[in-house]
Amino acid sequence: MKLVLIQVLLIVVVVAVVARLFRSRGARSQAIRRLGLTLFAAFAVVSILFPSVWNRIAHMVGVGRGTDMVLYALVVAFLSFTVTTYLRFRDLETRYTKLARRLALDEAHAEPGPTGSTPSGPASGGDPGDVLDEPGGRD
Amino acid sequence: MNDEVWLVVPLYNEARVIGDVVRSARTVFPHVVCVDDGSSDDSAAEAARAGAVVVRHPVNLGQGAALQTGFEFALSVPSMRWVVTFDADGQHQVDDVVAMLDKARAEDLDVVFGSRFLDERTQAGAVKKLVLRLAVAYTNLTTRTRLTDAHNGLRVISRPVLQRIDITQNRMAHASELVAQIGGMGVRYGESPVHILYTDYSRSKGQSVWNAVNILVELILR
Repeated sequence: MKLVLIQVLLIVVVVAVVARLFRSRGARSQAIRRLGLTLFAAFAVVSILFPSVWNRIAHMVGVGRGTDMVLYALVVAFLSFTVTTYLRFRDLETRYTKLARRLALDEAHAEPGPTGSTPSGPASGGDPGDVLDEPGGRD
Repeated sequence: MNDEVWLVVPLYNEARVIGDVVRSARTVFPHVVCVDDGSSDDSAAEAARAGAVVVRHPVNLGQGAALQTGFEFALSVPSMRWVVTFDADGQHQVDDVVAMLDKARAEDLDVVFGSRFLDERTQAGAVKKLVLRLAVAYTNLTTRTRLTDAHNGLRVISRPVLQRIDITQNRMAHASELVAQIGGMGVRYGESPVHILYTDYSRSKGQSVWNAVNILVELILR
């Protein structure tokens, strides 16, 4: 079997990406994702060496050519990556917001009111949660 | 009686007008908390000089985040019974707030939303009107509320409801989120006509109708 330059290049890239992923420390929850990635990488290498695999898969699911099949798989992978990334950023933003809010409120409570016009000023250093249990009656 | 009312004003780069807005509001409502959302101008100092309590976000987080911060500050004041969400750019009228509070007290409501479409005072462009109508239709469809104007910044909220509100939409989608959370609580709410003053200043600061698309995406991709 004769290796073409592009095949060598692609295999190197796949191996490099997987190696990079494994270097970061992680918990058990990541294990499954990593196993999946390993399988994915192995399949990538196989499909680089035997491009006809894609043709066979494509025919199995009723797609004309293997290259089309690869394109469809990429579109799905890219879209799911986009959404996952968006959600992860949202999650990060939520935590970041809570941190900034805590800072802002603590700072506001530490300073006396600018005009002293808050007769029932908030308890200094008190957590806003402290008053949540008060019976919140109204007129 | 207005001693138990706190105006919550999200503040972002409004140094030119915030002083006057706070001063005119404080002639009726002594308690104003401005949440400075990382302004790069003199907004926070102007608000403080006008007599508002200023809570400063260390970085810009968005209007929704600023409102939630203001709510949490207001909740830390034991005498607070009502919170009013009020804009910093001078497009809201203090008279409308008085009417809304009267309505809430008289009809024993927990929340009063301001609505631009209950009378003819507010002058909005045709496109803006259409987008706002569509937004209302979407909000009514997805939440358990029936409103005529879902994206009005003027609201009166009682303490018990405020304790249960948690705005997680940092940017503009917070208005829909607020309506959805209040709708889900099954509390008594009402609407009151308000006059939004679209000045050249507020128009230049106001959100473009394109933001409707952004809001929709933020609401769907929760």
